[in-house]
Amino acid sequence: MPSIDYVAPTSVNDAVAALAAASGNGRVLAGGTDLLVQMRTGQITPQTIIDIKRIAETREIAESDKAFVIGAAATGVEMSAHNGLKTTFPGIVEAMDLIGSQQIQGRASPGGNLCNASPAADCVPALIAAGATCTIAGPNGTRDIPVEDVVTGPGQTCLSQDEFVVSFTVPKPPPRTGDAYLRLIPRTEMDIAVVGAGVCLTLDDAGVCQAARVALGAVAPTQVLVADGAAALIGSTIDETALNTLAAAASAACNPIDDKRGTVDYRKKVAGVLATRAAQKALERAKA
Amino acid sequence: MTKQHITTSVNGESVEYLCEAQQTLLDVLRDELGLTGTKEGCSTGDCGACSVIVDGNVVCSCLMLGAEAEGRQIETIEGMATADQLHPLQKQFLEQASLQCGFCTPGFLVAAKALLDKNPDPTETEIRFWLAGNLCRCTGYDKIVRAVQDAAAEMRGA
Repeated sequence: MPSIDYVAPTSVNDAVAALAAASGNGRVLAGGTDLLVQMRTGQITPQTIIDIKRIAETREIAESDKAFVIGAAATGVEMSAHNGLKTTFPGIVEAMDLIGSQQIQGRASPGGNLCNASPAADCVPALIAAGATCTIAGPNGTRDIPVEDVVTGPGQTCLSQDEFVVSFTVPKPPPRTGDAYLRLIPRTEMDIAVVGAGVCLTLDDAGVCQAARVALGAVAPTQVLVADGAAALIGSTIDETALNTLAAAASAACNPIDDKRGTVDYRKKVAGVLATRAAQKALERAKA
Repeated sequence: MTKQHITTSVNGESVEYLCEAQQTLLDVLRDELGLTGTKEGCSTGDCGACSVIVDGNVVCSCLMLGAEAEGRQIETIEGMATADQLHPLQKQFLEQASLQCGFCTPGFLVAAKALLDKNPDPTETEIRFWLAGNLCRCTGYDKIVRAVQDAAAEMRGA
């Protein structure tokens, strides 16, 4: 392997400058659980590794009256240990916690999970369902975009070569909001999603759904925001009719591949089932 | 292209080393520092043989660069026993024959220590989930789980 550079900038601007200096041959290192494997197998051969973990903004999980701000390089262990986040968005924390073993949890990050751009990334549908945005830093400052707009295809993002994700912002939800993320894998733990479904919904005081977002993973080249599935929930009490419409919308939103983990038909069917179950779990949490 | 000069703490002792950017912490421990107790299994974070504790968290040293260790607190298998006394986990692994070929054992011991550091009284389920990132092809795991339970009891003074 040819010799490469490692830099660990301590500010967002320095990281952007390092990315710019690498002119397309730089790779951002957050937890490294994907990056180091890809380097080892020769899938990627970066010239410069830019470790963003010495930048305070990428490492913090901050809670304000309005939002949670989760650093792109915060770890799964740190997210699971954050009581405020876990209480308000258990779906996001559980989705992150599904990724890999305890060893992986000590390193893996939501920013890496997003920017690795796997269609099966577990924490991404949960972040999308919760309405999260991400802050992207580049040479012209920062821009905030919805999480669902980042990934453009397997292994592809909308970030330019001198940009990186600094943090996620998840707005604090109104009362009676619940979220959930469920995934199907062929074994019981530690595998890659065949289908993932995230749902976040808000009820009014009569138990009628006022707002909802539904996102699917592993059933298309990118995560899918299922707007008509959410529309089926809004205005309902999440009854059987609404759930059946949601399931049909989720199945119809899929554009999956056939592979060893599941066929196209299986993934479509399971997407409907998981979206329904995630909605029921989110409903229980919204009522709690 | 220059080598990185890193100062870090390994098993409570300050150490300095030079490493290439792409060298993993596992490479550094074994090849630069001569700490060969940490094993290389899969090199992709799947088997847990290279488990070490960094700032209190168990991680795969094959998935961390040596250059990232600047200023960290690293614990390896070499730090578990004192000069004349095995760690209770090591003692229980020996007494209960929780190893056969032994290749996965340092990783299991380090991961189990990280668990007991955080949770002195884990349930069997908690132990099995925590150690799910450590693969053993010899024992079938039961003896390992029992050794961790008994070491935990011993350490609690139960």
